[in-house]
Amino acid sequence: MTSLSATIQDVFNEPSCAKNANKSEAEKKKGCTKQLQPGGAAGGCAFDGAKIALQPFTDVAHLVHGPIACEGNSWDNRGAASSGSDLWRTSFTTDMNETDVVFGGEKRLFKSCREIIEKYDPPAIFVYQTCVPAMIGDDINAVCKAASEKFGKPVIPVNAPGFVGPKNLGNKLAGEALLDHVIGTVEPEYTTPYDINIIGEFNLSGELWQVKPLLDELGIRVLSCISGDGRYNEVAASHRAKASMMVCSKAMINVARKMEERYGIPFFEGSFYGIEDSSDSLRELARLLISQGAPEELMARTEKLIAREEARAWAAIAKYKPRFKGKKVLLITGGVKSWSVVAALQEAGLELVGTSVKKSTREDKERIKELMGQDAHLIEDMTPREMYKMLKDAKADIMLSGGRSQFIALKATMPWLDINQERHHAYMGYIGMVKLVKEIDKTLYNPVWEQVRKPAPWAKPGESWQDKALAQIAAEEAELAADPVKAEQVRRAKAVCICKSVSLGAIEDAIRDFGLTSVEGVREKTNASGGCGACALRIEEILEAGVVVGQPTELQNVAAE
Amino acid sequence: MAKVVHSRKACSVNPLKMSQPIGAALAFMGLRGAMPLLHGSQGCTSFGLVLFVRHFKEAIPLQTTAMSEVATVLGGYENVEQAVLNIIKRTKPEIIGIASTGVTETKGDDVLGYIELIRQNHPDLRNFPLVYVSTPDFKDAFQDGWEKAVTRLVEELVEPPANPARRDPTCINVLPGSHLTPGDIEELRTIIEDFGLEPTFLPDLGGSLDGHIPDDFTPTTIGGVGVDEVATMGDAGWTIAIGAQMRAAAEALEKKAGVPFRLFERLCGLEANDELIAFMTEISGRPAPAKYRRQRGQLVDAMLDGHFHIGGRKLAIGAEPDLLYDVGSFMHEMGAQIEVAITTTQSPVLEKVPAEEVVIGDLEDLEIQAREKGCDLFVTHSHGRQAAARLKIPFHRLGIPMFDRLGAGHKLSVGYRGGRDLIFQVANLIMADREENHEVTTETWRNPWGPDSAEPAPEEAGAAIATSLAN
Repeated sequence: MTSLSATIQDVFNEPSCAKNANKSEAEKKKGCTKQLQPGGAAGGCAFDGAKIALQPFTDVAHLVHGPIACEGNSWDNRGAASSGSDLWRTSFTTDMNETDVVFGGEKRLFKSCREIIEKYDPPAIFVYQTCVPAMIGDDINAVCKAASEKFGKPVIPVNAPGFVGPKNLGNKLAGEALLDHVIGTVEPEYTTPYDINIIGEFNLSGELWQVKPLLDELGIRVLSCISGDGRYNEVAASHRAKASMMVCSKAMINVARKMEERYGIPFFEGSFYGIEDSSDSLRELARLLISQGAPEELMARTEKLIAREEARAWAAIAKYKPRFKGKKVLLITGGVKSWSVVAALQEAGLELVGTSVKKSTREDKERIKELMGQDAHLIEDMTPREMYKMLKDAKADIMLSGGRSQFIALKATMPWLDINQERHHAYMGYIGMVKLVKEIDKTLYNPVWEQVRKPAPWAKPGESWQDKALAQIAAEEAELAADPVKAEQVRRAKAVCICKSVSLGAIEDAIRDFGLTSVEGVREKTNASGGCGACALRIEEILEAGVVVGQPTELQNVAAE
Repeated sequence: MAKVVHSRKACSVNPLKMSQPIGAALAFMGLRGAMPLLHGSQGCTSFGLVLFVRHFKEAIPLQTTAMSEVATVLGGYENVEQAVLNIIKRTKPEIIGIASTGVTETKGDDVLGYIELIRQNHPDLRNFPLVYVSTPDFKDAFQDGWEKAVTRLVEELVEPPANPARRDPTCINVLPGSHLTPGDIEELRTIIEDFGLEPTFLPDLGGSLDGHIPDDFTPTTIGGVGVDEVATMGDAGWTIAIGAQMRAAAEALEKKAGVPFRLFERLCGLEANDELIAFMTEISGRPAPAKYRRQRGQLVDAMLDGHFHIGGRKLAIGAEPDLLYDVGSFMHEMGAQIEVAITTTQSPVLEKVPAEEVVIGDLEDLEIQAREKGCDLFVTHSHGRQAAARLKIPFHRLGIPMFDRLGAGHKLSVGYRGGRDLIFQVANLIMADREENHEVTTETWRNPWGPDSAEPAPEEAGAAIATSLAN
């Protein structure tokens, strides 16, 4: 086993991941990610993920070893903000050519390191491996080692060529590179009982700075942020922190857990999205610091600050109430923790007509089911006309979602606001929630919607794509109503587990054939919910609903084909 | 409904307004072989000349009666006569358009009487087109001068149809307001021709000031509508007037030749162009070409993409009434809030501007109010550049003069394409401004709540008030 595949196996075996812990040994081996489907994959590669995770280190030269596609096609595309060096936005790549592919690119890589150090003198260089040099056997570990020795600067290999897997694997491999080569290599100038690490926060749109003033006020020092607005020497000295916060996504959970193992730094998983989540995270930080020896009075100060900030935020949000009266929001969240965002929106007087299923109450789930019939993340697989119908049925005034559904929402002339990673606005902490509400207000009342919904001068009723979509859907529904066999086929074909492509019919058959009673049982027999796990709730509901028995066997057979 | 108020200042500071005679002169420049002549002192002409040269970056035909002090007091007949004779001798124009100025109006020169006298004294000029318009500098503004000149051209040059029962339905008259650029005229020409119609523009700056390299040197205008073509406008099936300022000319044409007209107060934005296309379809009997269906889709898409940037912007705009109403309304439809609207002269469209009030004022008013109201988008002609620099907000140049950027003559605002391009220009300015001046820092959210702790920051409160106007 090569060292890279060993690292990947190690990354997959993540004991801190709740989802991972639920899996069988065989499933764990398969990894925590959706298997890539040729012709059906749209996400980024492992290299992309590694670069995203590490690029926000601002004073590091990020050198991509590979042909021009990997860096040339993708550079300067992230909205992370820096309070110091801008070197991270300077693009470095070896731009391998044919000769390099034939004779090897190691020399070019070594020379590139030399040139960067001569011209830019960064505190460190991160060298990213890509597919082609990995295939021809360029040993970037050896080159980095040689360069480090020769130039007396850390040259860090980041071994995550694109083909090893998807983006989130790359995030984790980037974390491994930090653990192996960076963290613990430098001692901080001084330490305090209030030193923390923030892991997996990338300071997009500068949102970390919406929270940092609060930490400053409490006297909590961010020893290192991995990696937003980060600096090489900070992350190198991050092993001296007293506590870590792992932000939101599980992108770098391996870093948090291994730092706990190696250096005894306890961590918690928290979020600064939403008012309550922000308060919880601040409390948790204080609690961990106190458990590590910080004075008890920190908690009282934290509570006082939380009370003050919450009051301000709620007061600011309440002002929007009259303007939001009777307005409905369709909230579809993929990555962002939704629940406390929901609370803020409701406080502002908005009515929610849909949200992601995770963390929703039973009542909300019922409503979502009515609206969308399935797990909210299905939205990414919806056709524009289905989306349009959903928006229309929901009678929503605005949709909040991630960037991928933007174009469909906009073509359906639906007010839309980006609340995902690619957004331009910062929505963190207390002030961030107020900003979000303000942005909703701005979008909702933009007169542009009235304009773009006007029919074209040549439009005839029923001829717009919107009208056609609705008519088509209605026709299909009518057809199914008239043809029970087909209707049953369609019903059974509906995907329940998107990750593992398991249909409702397959699950029902498994439940019936094996007399299953639990989600675990279903997972074992069908692999459903073996991916991201979001469909577990849906499977519970299928179990609760009970499988229709006593159907004529022929019908079942027809349906199963 | 906007309230229209006059700035109460005695002293106009950093004027937005330009004078009537040069508005009239520009209208005359839309005729082929024309030489506009300002009846006034040399300076009246040379300032206008320099202004147009800087704006269009072209040679500008513009002459003066060069009134001296003595001539001014005694009356300018000789000067007008000499000027006309000299211009004809030297430049062989097809038409001379004469506009009065403050000097000669104060004296009270009877230029119409002078023209009669000239025709009597020089029989060979009996039928030479000499069109006079009264445009005292001390009254009205640029757009009014244009309006009056076009009306006078209609009255003087258009001939009643030989047979009113046999109009040519494929011939369309277009009376564009002074707020349209040569590029706008060309766009309209294309649209109308695409419906199988033949447009005659009066004036036609698209032919004269579009910045083409002429085949031959000519001291008069190098293109534009011919006097003979104007004469036959009475045979057309329809007149399209663009901008409220063109109502008078359209009515004059209807009165004189019986040509019905349709006034388009706006041609910037989705709805306005939908109306235009619907009208073209109606009068031509042809369906809209596929090209425009595509272009409409592009505009809608641009509106959706652009609203993220333009939406919520607090706009300070200074422009002549028709331009203010047209572009200001479009920016409003894109989600910008017109916080400050300054204009130059009275117009029926002013109260339709989607703002609380419209001030007939100057660029100082625009600057002061923009600062008071925390505007973050500044739209006016090039003289606004200093104010924009002091305010440190993005500045979109609109109207005449635009002397510090190239391509003033080709800026497009009409048609689906014009709206699309305008959105991109303004949104790009806003994005560039964000990159250059508003990158977030560690201090951006240090004290986000404003002085009163329970209150939202002024920025938040301002936005709430601003957006409430939208309802």
